[in-house]
Amino acid sequence: MELFDFQVITTSLPEFWRGLLMTLQLTGIALLCGFIVAVPLAVARVSKNPWVSGPVSAYTYFFRGTPMLVQLLLIYYGAGQWAWMQAAWEAGHPVWLLFREPFFCALLAFGLNTCAYTIEIIAGAMRNTPHGEIEAAKAMGMTRFKALQRIVLPSSLRRMLPSYSNEVILMLQGSAIASAVTLVDLTGAARNVYSRHFAPFEAFVFVGLIYLVLTFVLVGLFKYAEGRWLAHLAPRKAARRKEA
Amino acid sequence: MGAAFKLSDFLPLRLWTMLYTTLVRGVPDLVMMLLVFYGGQLLLNEVIDYFEWEFIEINPFVAGVLTIGFIFGAYFTETFRGAFLAVSAGQLEAGRAYGMSAWQVFWRIMFPQMLRYALPGIGNNWLVLLKSTAIVSLIGLSDMTSLADQAGRSTHQPFTFYLAVCALYLAMTAVSGYVLNRLTARYNVGVREANV
Repeated sequence: MELFDFQVITTSLPEFWRGLLMTLQLTGIALLCGFIVAVPLAVARVSKNPWVSGPVSAYTYFFRGTPMLVQLLLIYYGAGQWAWMQAAWEAGHPVWLLFREPFFCALLAFGLNTCAYTIEIIAGAMRNTPHGEIEAAKAMGMTRFKALQRIVLPSSLRRMLPSYSNEVILMLQGSAIASAVTLVDLTGAARNVYSRHFAPFEAFVFVGLIYLVLTFVLVGLFKYAEGRWLAHLAPRKAARRKEA
Repeated sequence: MGAAFKLSDFLPLRLWTMLYTTLVRGVPDLVMMLLVFYGGQLLLNEVIDYFEWEFIEINPFVAGVLTIGFIFGAYFTETFRGAFLAVSAGQLEAGRAYGMSAWQVFWRIMFPQMLRYALPGIGNNWLVLLKSTAIVSLIGLSDMTSLADQAGRSTHQPFTFYLAVCALYLAMTAVSGYVLNRLTARYNVGVREANV
């Protein structure tokens, strides 16, 4: 028996392609939404008022302390437990009906999850803002909001890049569990191909390679972004280049 | 072990570990687990056919443990590599100057100091590992998640059961956080914390 049959891959290419699109859609939209929501919540997270920071920290604690798979199953299968939800489904309520769509549930779970991690990443970067910068902003007569908008956020959003790149890569790989709720993403496509041809190596190695390439592309993009926006934080390299 | 390889002067060893760490970090754990579970079985069958042994079945537990071990080996490799590099060379030289053997230098000087630098990373890896164990339910292992699935289906209360699983995971992360704090405090004895 042959261990690696390329024909299995070539005949299933369209399926892998659709899976790739699904994976990219899921991670892309989840990351985008998660990020947009995370910025204001991160500001709330660093607030000194416990009534403001408390709920946000409870939210991040829950989502960072439990596996994403369980969150996904909780949303997708758990929603049907409630009588009012079932009643809304019967009545054809447009919002609650979304909870029957695996795609929406996966987006919601991934988005909430990445949002929680992103909040902590941004909040960490904000806490590390050099004290002098904030004092300078105050001395210039900026209000707290102005200082946040002009000084703290731009610089924290740059400094968070390295840790955020990790989160993006983890999200890409975490999206592999979407196949647990009947979605056919890259991993789901591989599972289908495996069960049709009984060809585990072809299916999973090929998909693994696609993930690897995606990861490399992401790493490259973030390297580029860091070179563009974090150039000021790499003084040693610049000094060395001058010497040479 | 991996860390030692990656820092080795011997190039092929370094290349292998580089390949290992990039592979593991670039491929989702689920894909790897499916590959080990299904592919490993096929490979094993071939081997068994070849030697005409009796049929052996890979059980999902073995596949899960092997894959998670394989994956987190790579993560820990990176953590330990960074930590070994953080111990200052002067400490090791002083150890040699006292006439300690390489082994003694490692255990008495390198290891305790390395652990201090490695602890935050170990903590993070441990928490990630704890949560990634949930995906073994997808290859048919009855962990908490799949038990909750079964219980939820038979009682029609999936939300309650999944929420209970969440609570258990939260409890585990909380306990690990406490233990890690204790360990950090222990290994940081004699180190002044930077005053920011």
